[in-house]
Amino acid sequence: MQGRITELNGPIVTAELPGIATGEQVHLGALGIVGEVIARERDEAIIQAYESTESLCPGDTVEALGHPLSVELGPGLLGQIFDGIQRPLEKLFSRHGDKLPRGDNEPGLARERGWAFEPNPALKEGQHVAGGAQLGTVPETETIEHRILVPPGIEGELLEIAPAGSYNIENVIAHVRDTHGDIHELQLFHRWPVRHARPYKQRDNAVAPLLTGQRILDTFFPLLKGGKGAVPGPFGAGKTMVQQQIARWADADIVIYVGCGERGNELVDILETFPNLTDPHTGRSLMERTLLIANTSNMPVVAREASIYVGVTLAEYYRDQGYDVVMVADSTSRWAEALREVGGRLGEMPVEEGYPAYLASRLAAFYERAGRVETLGDRRGSVTLIGAVSPPGGDFSEPVTAHTKDIVETFWALSKPLADARHYPAVDWTDSFSGYAAVAARWWKEEISPDWESTRAEALALLSQADELTRIVNLVGPEALSPAQRWALEGASLVKQGVLQQSALDPVDSYCDPHKQVALLQAVLKLYDTGRELLSHGIPVQELLRQPLLAEARRLKGLESKDDADPIADFDSRAENSLAELRGQYLRQQEGSA
Amino acid sequence: MKDIEYRCVDAARGGLMFLRAVPGVGLGERVRVVDSHGQERTGQVIRATEELLLVQVFEGTDHLNPEETWVRFLGEPFHITLAPGILGRVFNGIGQPRDQRPELLSNLRRNVNGSPVNPAARAYPREFIETGVSAIDGLNSLVRGQKLPIFSGSGLPHNELAAQIVRQARLPGEESDFAIVFAAMGMSHNEARFFEENFEASGVLGKVAMFINLADDPVIERLILPRTALTAAEYLAFDRDMHVLVVITDMTQYASALREVATAKGDVPSRKGYPGYLYSDLAEIYERAGRIKARHGSITMVPVVSMPSDDITHPIPDLTGYITEGQIVLSRELHNQGVYPPINIPPSLSRLMKDGIGKDHTREDHPRVASQIYASYARALEVRNLASIIGAEELSSSDQQYLDFGSSFEARFVGQGAEEGRSIGQTLDLCWELLSQLPRQELTRVSEADLARYYVSEREEAPAA
Repeated sequence: MQGRITELNGPIVTAELPGIATGEQVHLGALGIVGEVIARERDEAIIQAYESTESLCPGDTVEALGHPLSVELGPGLLGQIFDGIQRPLEKLFSRHGDKLPRGDNEPGLARERGWAFEPNPALKEGQHVAGGAQLGTVPETETIEHRILVPPGIEGELLEIAPAGSYNIENVIAHVRDTHGDIHELQLFHRWPVRHARPYKQRDNAVAPLLTGQRILDTFFPLLKGGKGAVPGPFGAGKTMVQQQIARWADADIVIYVGCGERGNELVDILETFPNLTDPHTGRSLMERTLLIANTSNMPVVAREASIYVGVTLAEYYRDQGYDVVMVADSTSRWAEALREVGGRLGEMPVEEGYPAYLASRLAAFYERAGRVETLGDRRGSVTLIGAVSPPGGDFSEPVTAHTKDIVETFWALSKPLADARHYPAVDWTDSFSGYAAVAARWWKEEISPDWESTRAEALALLSQADELTRIVNLVGPEALSPAQRWALEGASLVKQGVLQQSALDPVDSYCDPHKQVALLQAVLKLYDTGRELLSHGIPVQELLRQPLLAEARRLKGLESKDDADPIADFDSRAENSLAELRGQYLRQQEGSA
Repeated sequence: MKDIEYRCVDAARGGLMFLRAVPGVGLGERVRVVDSHGQERTGQVIRATEELLLVQVFEGTDHLNPEETWVRFLGEPFHITLAPGILGRVFNGIGQPRDQRPELLSNLRRNVNGSPVNPAARAYPREFIETGVSAIDGLNSLVRGQKLPIFSGSGLPHNELAAQIVRQARLPGEESDFAIVFAAMGMSHNEARFFEENFEASGVLGKVAMFINLADDPVIERLILPRTALTAAEYLAFDRDMHVLVVITDMTQYASALREVATAKGDVPSRKGYPGYLYSDLAEIYERAGRIKARHGSITMVPVVSMPSDDITHPIPDLTGYITEGQIVLSRELHNQGVYPPINIPPSLSRLMKDGIGKDHTREDHPRVASQIYASYARALEVRNLASIIGAEELSSSDQQYLDFGSSFEARFVGQGAEEGRSIGQTLDLCWELLSQLPRQELTRVSEADLARYYVSEREEAPAA
């Protein structure tokens, strides 16, 4: 179907295109610039273009492609970097050089590459198969076995399945005859429209925490596999660093990183460092489980809106194969701004801060695609969604942050004052929350330590007590505090500096395994508790504050534990001895003077 | 069609012209406008329908009589001519010479809007640039290919700091081909002269391409000026393998011009009347900094952003901070105390610092000592707040030491003066000298090995038993 452009207004194009459905994709002009129909008014279609519309003229042709915005799903996705509509950027780079071309509609998956397909031995020709049934496997990377499934919506009799061998993604590997007698040719890949969530059998409760190796996240504000979390923070608070740490260390099978309206150099950082980093859980290169989607801030704004959906569709595809997938979206504010820009150009009525009225419902629908599910093929898989939010001026009451806060279960609020003091990760313990703590507690209790819940509660109580005391100090000075209160301030400071602060750049401290997380926090709290007990014997607080043990406790997190040496246990026993000695000394003194 | 002149202007207001449509004119096409006095102006098609064209005129639409205005469509988007001879020259926002010298002759012409750089083509910036300014080199290091804005306020010495960076910046141990692209929007004649004299005094005038739009020049020209300047910078960096430092001042003037045109077009305003696309628009400019794989050159950008009423949450500094790789924030308080450069350390940040410093780049202890200075200075500021409430006499002795540390840090480390250029070694040694004012056990962000090597223990306390 062909039509004609009648108006050009930035990325919004109006065209005479009777009979086209909304959501359908089009090619604009001789270059074939990709666009999507977002509205219809009588014979006119309103189109958003995913590339710059410079040099298009009214009167140019528009060609309808007959399908909505879709992605290609099949082996060859991992390790790649795609743009917001799944064009392979490395390939475009080798073909066109430094700058992004317009109108090169290279498909997402490489056609020429052969894959070693191994058919599912349990399948027999003539058997009934449905969406989600496993046809076979392809080793996509050393660690990820790509399971080739019957696409959702296809059901019938398996007529034929290809023998083991090398196939490219377009080769037909199976024939299925449905109940109408139509024969479907199944290839190694299929397409899926990104704005539709992929179906599953039923939701399943998330049961295990997503371990990121970051103490403030795992221990204090846990997120579950299949959960939804958000990282809001003003610029410079370390959002990107937190997200990259998650992408680096999370114990997920697949990580999808969507750079949505953010800096080009940040994605390059991942592209350059991840191949050389080892996944602590499999020992393989991190890039083998990572997939990047890049719509940097200078790339066309409309594709930014699409990039989030492209990312989550890819995540669902791997979930359906039975994997735990984490998708990190940096940043959902830029996605919302893309909605606002398009809405503004369409003349929609703005509600809050210029955002369209459907902002909250779109956000909620997006986060709802997270979850742990029982797939169509009876596997268990999960999609965990983590969205960064960039509130203007760091104001958490702005619409995107406020709506996100209502939707997510884990909220890692980043604080500018903490970041200014270089307290990283600058996750604020008062504004953050996790609705998953109770479920996570069960896991920690069974797998790591029976005291996890009480240790965490004690640390949080101490932090909140210290915040209260700091307010008093700022009014009347530290002299007004009792010795116990001054010791509480020191205790909280130990927790902050010795446990919460974690350097992403320190090779030892960058990742902290769950056992060390608990041991470290317990060692610090034990030091605090013992000190408190000494205070009750009348030992002056100044004496305690002078102890070199305190500086040592702050450095403990950076010490490497080897097979024969456990620095935390070692510290623990030394601290116990030296405090016992202090108590002994003091008691003897008292007896002597009495 | 390039040769046909049309008399098709329907209306002209606020820098925009409405034309009756001419078939075959594309979006973004360059337009030459000749008014009734024979004066030429330049415009660009920003919206096109079958009946109407909307053209923004960079010289503005004052004294334009629609009936007697002729328009010619040039059949191409906005291009500028590029040649090595752009160095040492002064241009206006649309790339025409404003130094009374002839136009450049070259076949090489580039679209000023450029296309976005493919993220897969970028190379990560890692080479430390020594600016000679301690507060930048030591704590917020600049690397080649970074975009690091100066957030300033009216009356603060951002121009002096930008000029000092231009004067002193070098890559330690390497003399290489460098160039400066200077883009000024809405700048006063005095400020422009200040920069010119500065370039001349430091002997780099022949290495500078200047793109200047003064305060009394047409406002709309400011929308195209940074794009023109960056197209020149890309040419120098990626065609001619030079390391280009781009100084853009002042981005707030650019954003005001954008708001003016957006309002005239009837775009829906978001915050403070700025259009919703301000973020993407600024990003198109800032993201042109960087390095490209397998190319020798680089574009390092130091834009000046003045914060209206010193408000860092104002949309322009706010959105800038989300795009750039850090920021250098100037403080009115330090300025009033006579500290130059008045760099406000806590909110300043360089995101690319981590990979450009330390072993093999500057010095092995650099990352930790910078982190320690940040933490200790944050503590010093807390103590200073406390002292203003309870009085300095009431402070504990360790708090007193922090108070002293804070003052000497500001006076000696930050306030180095406009004339002094310090090597990175000098900067780091000074860090240690200042940190040595604090008790050794307070320095928990540096390693024991660092302390053993660099800590100056004059009044070392007796080690605890």
